Amino acid sequence: MNSATERVLLAHGDGGLLTAKLVDEVFLKNLGGQAAGGLLDAAILDGRGRGGSRGGRRRLALTTDSFVVKPVFFPGGDIGSLAVHGTVNDLASVGACPLALSAAFILEEGLEVAVLQRVVASMGKAAARVGVPIVTGDTKVVEKGAADGLFINTTGLGEILPAADLSFGRLRPGDRVLVSGSVGDHGVAVLSQRKGLAFETPVISDSAPLFDLVRPLLERAPGVKFLRDPTRGGLATTLKEIAASAGEVDIVIEEDRIPVRPAVAGACEILGLDPLYLANEGKIIVVVEESGAAEALRILRGHPLGADAAEVGRVEAGRGDLWLVTSLGGTKRLDRLTGEQLPRIC
Amino acid sequence: MASIVRNFEADFDGAFRRADLAHAILSRLKKRLAPLGRPLRLMEVCGTHTVAISRSGLRSLLAPEVELVSGPGCPVCVTAQGEIDAMLDLAGRPGVTVATFGDMMRVPGSRGSLNDARAAGARVAVVYSAMDAVRMAAETPGEHVVFLGVGFETTAPGTALALEEAARSGIRNFYVYAAHKLVPPALEALLADKNLRLHGFVLPGHVSVVLGRRAYDLVAARGVAAVIGGFEPVDILLAVDRVAAMVMEGRAGVENAYSRAVSEEGNVAAREAISRCFAPADADWRGLGRIPASGLALRGHLSSHDAAGRFGILPAHVPDPPGCSCGAVLRGKMRPTDCALFGGRCCPESPVGPCMVSTEGACSAYYRFERGGEVRE
Repeated sequence: MNSATERVLLAHGDGGLLTAKLVDEVFLKNLGGQAAGGLLDAAILDGRGRGGSRGGRRRLALTTDSFVVKPVFFPGGDIGSLAVHGTVNDLASVGACPLALSAAFILEEGLEVAVLQRVVASMGKAAARVGVPIVTGDTKVVEKGAADGLFINTTGLGEILPAADLSFGRLRPGDRVLVSGSVGDHGVAVLSQRKGLAFETPVISDSAPLFDLVRPLLERAPGVKFLRDPTRGGLATTLKEIAASAGEVDIVIEEDRIPVRPAVAGACEILGLDPLYLANEGKIIVVVEESGAAEALRILRGHPLGADAAEVGRVEAGRGDLWLVTSLGGTKRLDRLTGEQLPRIC
Repeated sequence: MASIVRNFEADFDGAFRRADLAHAILSRLKKRLAPLGRPLRLMEVCGTHTVAISRSGLRSLLAPEVELVSGPGCPVCVTAQGEIDAMLDLAGRPGVTVATFGDMMRVPGSRGSLNDARAAGARVAVVYSAMDAVRMAAETPGEHVVFLGVGFETTAPGTALALEEAARSGIRNFYVYAAHKLVPPALEALLADKNLRLHGFVLPGHVSVVLGRRAYDLVAARGVAAVIGGFEPVDILLAVDRVAAMVMEGRAGVENAYSRAVSEEGNVAAREAISRCFAPADADWRGLGRIPASGLALRGHLSSHDAAGRFGILPAHVPDPPGCSCGAVLRGKMRPTDCALFGGRCCPESPVGPCMVSTEGACSAYYRFERGGEVRE
């Protein structure tokens, strides 16, 4: 990255290649830490909770996330509930039960208080549903034009379930890859409300808290090795990151097995988008050893948020690549999202 | 938009994606090609074909008997460096909002891309149609809205109707920067090259909906085999199979394997809209150079909506970036991997040449699918 001339682009925030580059070359370089590919959704504060619980070491997880979704209200959710779900889902991805959240607001001068009321009420409701208290916060107001309505940051502290043993390093050839339901719903729902693009669609965002889905999986399904929620960059970018971080494995997924709602597929056809690269806010990817896959799938499907769960692929020996076997039986390599997903012109 | 999405869901015919049909055609095709003894080299002219081929994994299924070469049919890829520089110039003018299809955002000019310009403070809005830009102009009367008219015969009618709407409604702050391109003159320029090592062409489906099959009679006169194809996997395979049959039987001509959308005459109303608003003009193509009568200039009665005239943008010929071999790649003379810049200085996140910019570009497709072997061992 040539920091003398380069500027931050919108694509630096899409969760794809440029985001990874920014994290590597600016944040990790200056703030320390491991390579970007190996970063988890939440930091694990191993052993720092000593003395906190009886009979052994407590493992805590810490994560933070900022929310800038546009528009603030979209079918199936809003920035307030999303700010709760996004952060508790990052905790759930490391197998952590949320203990407490913080909430910080950046408000643009001129924002209607009624809008703020509605967002914060939704936030409170979402936190109550999860059973996590919002224990501290902050408010800043910037002059008109310096922000777009409101932005929210939430930080979450969680306690990792004793049963959770999740790491990239555990992936082995033969493991199965599951996804807890249809992909691309959130991306299409938000896009359908964008100015200049508004279209009618029955699709609503899948924004939902995932810990209740994850807990029985970790406690009852044998051999769960890795979890991650495929948010920005979608299923493909997330799986590519998992494959690249895990070492000597490839992940091979099958197009026909990936659940995509017909309305999402239709909108993607029209707009030139790929559902595998669209954001999800209420889905979890599960990597589980072969012998545990059926039980894991049964547990997922037993929960309303996992009713459409499916086994979509497997781990094979390889070099960190993600492959898609298409409906036609062709094979192609998938990479991280490059640049924002944009409409085609011909 | 709403009705399009609904109709799509209701009417979509899955037959053209059926794997059993695709495999039946594939085996017929491969049997047909056995006597050839070497790969059948075809150019798919249209970028949307390139994407459909990549998306469905057809490239791996057709190998090794058929080698598909991506031609100059990605409108982003062929927009000249000088045109991009003019667009960047426009984006930097005070009081100007540039409205563009999203695909143009990443194309590098000699001083960065529209993405970079937006990051530096320029007003650049992504729109899905030229009419959105007209609406934007109507809603912001104090702002000059410049729509970047790029694309082939497919997008040019939309730009034409937007111009007529702006003229009719007296929306005087709407302008078009005209950089549209025409497909047949580019095909002719390709065919004039004696050293082109191709067996035949798969011709663009959408462009042909407007042009009609008959528009390619000039191509047929050159003695090549070409077939118009649709965009679903079975459509593409049918087109490839028909070119293969023509090549094996030694026939030349232009056939239509997309007759459910493409007629002999094409869409006359769309072509009339183009000719009401535009006159053919010489145009620079990235990688291919200047091609006579291959572009479109606004006609005189619309000159008050011509961004180039209004903002004093002079056409400038800017050479392609040094070292970039996109010209040879677009002519099918070089594989992307043989370019010295490929995968090093030129990659999808920091493209040098146009073929690496768009997901429809040949280099980008090679980068993603062929580096380290396309087919998994």
